[in-house]
Amino acid sequence: MTLNQLTAHEVINLIRKKKITAYEVMQDIFNQIDKVDNLIRAFLVLNKEEALKQSKEIDIKVKNGEKLPPLAGVAVAVKDIIVTRGTETTCGSKILKGFIPPYNATVINRLKEAGAIIIGKTNMDEFAMGSSTENSAFGPTHNPWDLERVPGGSSGGSTAAVAADETFVALGTDTGGSIRQPASLCGMVGLKPTYGRVSRYGLVAYASSLDQIGPITKDVTDCALLMKVISGHDNMDSTSVNLEVPDYLKSCQEGIKDLKIGVPKEYFIEGIDPEVKDALDKALKVFEKLGAKIEEASLPHTEYSLPAYYLIATAEASSNLARYDGVQYGYRVEDYEDLSFMYQRTRSKGFGSEVKRRIMLGTYALSSGYYDAYYLKAQKVRTLIKEDFDKAFEKYDILITPTSPTPAFKLKEKVSDPLTMYLSDIYTVPINLAGIPAISLNCGYSKSNLPIGLQIIGKHFSEETILRTAYNFEKHSDVEKKKPEMKPAKCKEVVE
Amino acid sequence: MTEKIITKKEVEYVAKLAKLEFDEIEKKEFTSQLNSILDYFKKLNELNTEKVEPTAYVISMPNLLNEDEVKPSLPQEEVLSKAKYVKKGYFKVPKIM
Repeated sequence: MTLNQLTAHEVINLIRKKKITAYEVMQDIFNQIDKVDNLIRAFLVLNKEEALKQSKEIDIKVKNGEKLPPLAGVAVAVKDIIVTRGTETTCGSKILKGFIPPYNATVINRLKEAGAIIIGKTNMDEFAMGSSTENSAFGPTHNPWDLERVPGGSSGGSTAAVAADETFVALGTDTGGSIRQPASLCGMVGLKPTYGRVSRYGLVAYASSLDQIGPITKDVTDCALLMKVISGHDNMDSTSVNLEVPDYLKSCQEGIKDLKIGVPKEYFIEGIDPEVKDALDKALKVFEKLGAKIEEASLPHTEYSLPAYYLIATAEASSNLARYDGVQYGYRVEDYEDLSFMYQRTRSKGFGSEVKRRIMLGTYALSSGYYDAYYLKAQKVRTLIKEDFDKAFEKYDILITPTSPTPAFKLKEKVSDPLTMYLSDIYTVPINLAGIPAISLNCGYSKSNLPIGLQIIGKHFSEETILRTAYNFEKHSDVEKKKPEMKPAKCKEVVE
Repeated sequence: MTEKIITKKEVEYVAKLAKLEFDEIEKKEFTSQLNSILDYFKKLNELNTEKVEPTAYVISMPNLLNEDEVKPSLPQEEVLSKAKYVKKGYFKVPKIM
């Protein structure tokens, strides 16, 4: 057993008790990265030297008996869409290759103040547009549970890194499921906070009314720890909400007796994998045993979530991505006749095809004559979807659903058909449209040993309740805590 | 075969608005993909939303405004260092017309 296999809270305690040093921990982390990242390809950039130096500084503090910050010595991997001063930030795109941001995102400053150590930046679907991490300009990330499968996306690099014990925790971002869906496909814990709970300052914008930064961790305790550090008001983000940050870890300690749980019937659609449904049914029995009351709920507009989401997200993206023009930073082509050609060529060569597809969709939806039919219509449907949740939460404390209709799919299985790929977000997008928080955690494995995730949804700013529910499930369910084997692909039998 | 919602000509027009250029193969592919996606989006028309207010922002709270005070910003040199072409403290671009 090496130290990188522990959880963040275990490492924090062992460092405090002087049983291990932060430097030893960091060495094990980078040894693991050296060992497995050529198979997983979770990282785009590593901060090895700086990370080892920082771990030594923590050990000096321990030696001198200084007070340690809450995440002292914890390795954190950061999705490459969150800006880090002095460390390349590409958003998985050729258009930002080589871009070294001149400032830190607020979450990065908060992590550093808390003693966490940023070990590197992780792979992702370009500009967070995708559900498999195959849309990265720098090649796909592989799922540690089966290297021929996708880790999910768009925070696939962050999630695979946690699952492969290459880091203790990671930051991801979630616009339509990009934290929860990979968490589900890699058997990790992933939380999308309430819109406004975590500052978006320094998060490169995809769809501003939906984007949130959140933690990806090995267990619920680590998730609660990280949430406490990254949450809270920030006057650099006008959508950040000025509400006190509760002690999430403390609230986890309470039980869930008499908790009212709704299970929306619209989520059990055709196309749901029977193994996913079975795992969820089993999980519901655990909640029942813990004294929760479970009832069938209804979110009647669920089937309209996906088209509404893709219209709103692409419209916002087309506007947000207008800033990549080759002038102030990033990639710029060399052959052009005038400014207009320079813009066009830079953007056409710098962006990958899914990004271009979404910019085209969004531009069309916002263009003269189509605005009312598409964008405005989608915003109205968004109201109906939000009202569905408002009504459900009058009756229930939380809602429980699967996170993804299937376990991890194969690499290349869905790339040629964008619409099929969009359908893998079917259970996660409604949550972003309503701006509410949701957590995904592992609730079992398929027959072929692939993790299956369960989604717990709460009302606005109810992170305490969903974390407490997840914590109780983790503690009392008999779901085995397994580690992926990460075996290199078997030599294919020669049949051709 | 789904009904054509967007033609190749419209794809060319939208590309111009989005400052993107495509070759013939890409144009054909995008036209077909955008048509099937837009066809799927038509599902929203099943809903009568005449009396529904649109939602742009999900959390109801008053605007939070910062005090109007001058604070230090990033040094000019550092910001310009990210650009490929710079001259005398400006971002340099090719001729406009």
